[in-house]
Amino acid sequence: MTDPIIRIDNLVKSFGTFKVLDGLSFDVMPGEKLALIGPSGSGKTTILRILMTLESISDGHIEICGDQLYHMRRNGREVPADEAHLHKMRSHIGMVFQHFNLFPHKSVLENITLAPILTKGTPRAKAEARAMELLEMVGLADKADARPAQLSGGQKQRVAIARALALQPRIMLFDEVTSALDPELVEEVLLVMKRLAAETDMTMLLVTHEMGFAHEFADRVLFFDKGRIVEQGPPEQIFSNPREERTQSFLRKIIAAGHRV
Amino acid sequence: MGDWGGYLSLILQGALVTAKLTVMGCALALVVAFIAGLGRVSRFAAIRWLATAYIEFFRGTSIFVQLFWVYFVLPFAGVTLEPLQAGIMALGLNVGAYAAEVVRGAILSVPRDQYEACIAVNLTRFQRMRHVIFPQALPLMLPTFGNNAIELLKGTAVVSLISLHDMTFQAQVVRAQTGSTLIPFATILVLYFLMALALSRAIRMIETRITRGLDGVR
Ligand SMILES: Nc1ncnc2c1ncn2[C@@H]1O[C@H](COP(=O)(O)OP(=O)(O)OP(=O)(O)O)[C@@H](O)[C@H]1O
Ligand SMILES: [Mg+2]
Repeated sequence: MTDPIIRIDNLVKSFGTFKVLDGLSFDVMPGEKLALIGPSGSGKTTILRILMTLESISDGHIEICGDQLYHMRRNGREVPADEAHLHKMRSHIGMVFQHFNLFPHKSVLENITLAPILTKGTPRAKAEARAMELLEMVGLADKADARPAQLSGGQKQRVAIARALALQPRIMLFDEVTSALDPELVEEVLLVMKRLAAETDMTMLLVTHEMGFAHEFADRVLFFDKGRIVEQGPPEQIFSNPREERTQSFLRKIIAAGHRV
Repeated sequence: MGDWGGYLSLILQGALVTAKLTVMGCALALVVAFIAGLGRVSRFAAIRWLATAYIEFFRGTSIFVQLFWVYFVLPFAGVTLEPLQAGIMALGLNVGAYAAEVVRGAILSVPRDQYEACIAVNLTRFQRMRHVIFPQALPLMLPTFGNNAIELLKGTAVVSLISLHDMTFQAQVVRAQTGSTLIPFATILVLYFLMALALSRAIRMIETRITRGLDGVR
């Protein structure tokens, strides 16, 4: 039995007096592909942002690759993590954003090589060779010298995926990576992610409103509402046979809104 | 009436002093602006406070008084400056305070998601600023820097207070000696205008160089 790669234990997150996450606990196994679904405002993005250390936590513990994410030991006592600890922990995790967040002043190639060169000390030639491989993989080798502004949304998102992959994180977070895209560009990004899921043993957490894709992609689906897990299980169960009334009504609404399941 | 050639060379000598004050004042202002502007967005409260104090002080008191202090009061503290040095220092520190706010504003206007992308690819704080935030903020600063530089040029005339013979001072001399107001002041009017033109051209050139290939960034 292997240990979980992510352990979320009694996580609480409040914005002011509003508790977005209220005592959330779940584990993720290495290599697992997890889909997080749920109504708007249920806290899905917040969970990913907390894992990427873009948001602080109010209470609870998160363990990543065997180490505490937001805590560290000093003189045998547990204290809040400092920037150096966070920096070390971040090397395990990568994230792809809804709005790509590419660096507009850098070329596509530089977007991908910047972090490996700076944070891992990878020699430039090696970083560039690796970046070209990744661009090949996402089908954009011919765009290496382009600026992000010259790309379509789907192409930008594929570059963003390559940028995150270049650091070889063990955990990848995807937050609604297709929802800012025109419908005809969604498929090319999903295709890249399907290949990624099939070909790597990376642990992936995916927040999505594309239920069809979640079904195909995920080993396990977590249905959230109001910062709590209402129901979880393999996609077949959640999508075909949801037990909870709230899951059923959510899926009905999604179908009514024209999303494929 | 007499030797117009001699008077013209007097004014040109003044123009040289004005040009020196402007160029070196701008250089100092730029350095100070980056230091104080970055200090304003530092995560250390003490540094933020120092930067704010500097900026508020120099924006809140007149350049006239600042120059007076630099030249006449600092010697009591053991720091004696040449008139030109004092002029450069007062002008640079004064305009630097305004430009520091420009630096700060430009840095803060870089969208938040750029910071988040930096964290997601695990850049350190310094690397974030150096490779992502600052390069995007710089093009936003340049147009206002151009205005600041021209303000500095126009402010140089105050140095006659510390008996520096800048262009305006020399025009007064020529006026006193010839009794003509129109000729010397028309001359320096044209010269100031040409210098300002040269300054804004130079900034425009730097701007196009820096923003080249950056089109469509925003
Ligand atoms: N910085 C913030 N300050 C205050 N409230 C916030 C902040 N970020 C998120 N929230 C609130 O927390 C709740 C959960 O937000 P979150 O973005 O995690 O939801 P979500 O499940 O991702 O929703 P969606 O499907 O619309 O993306 C929302 O009610 C949101 O308004
Ligand atoms: Mg969200």
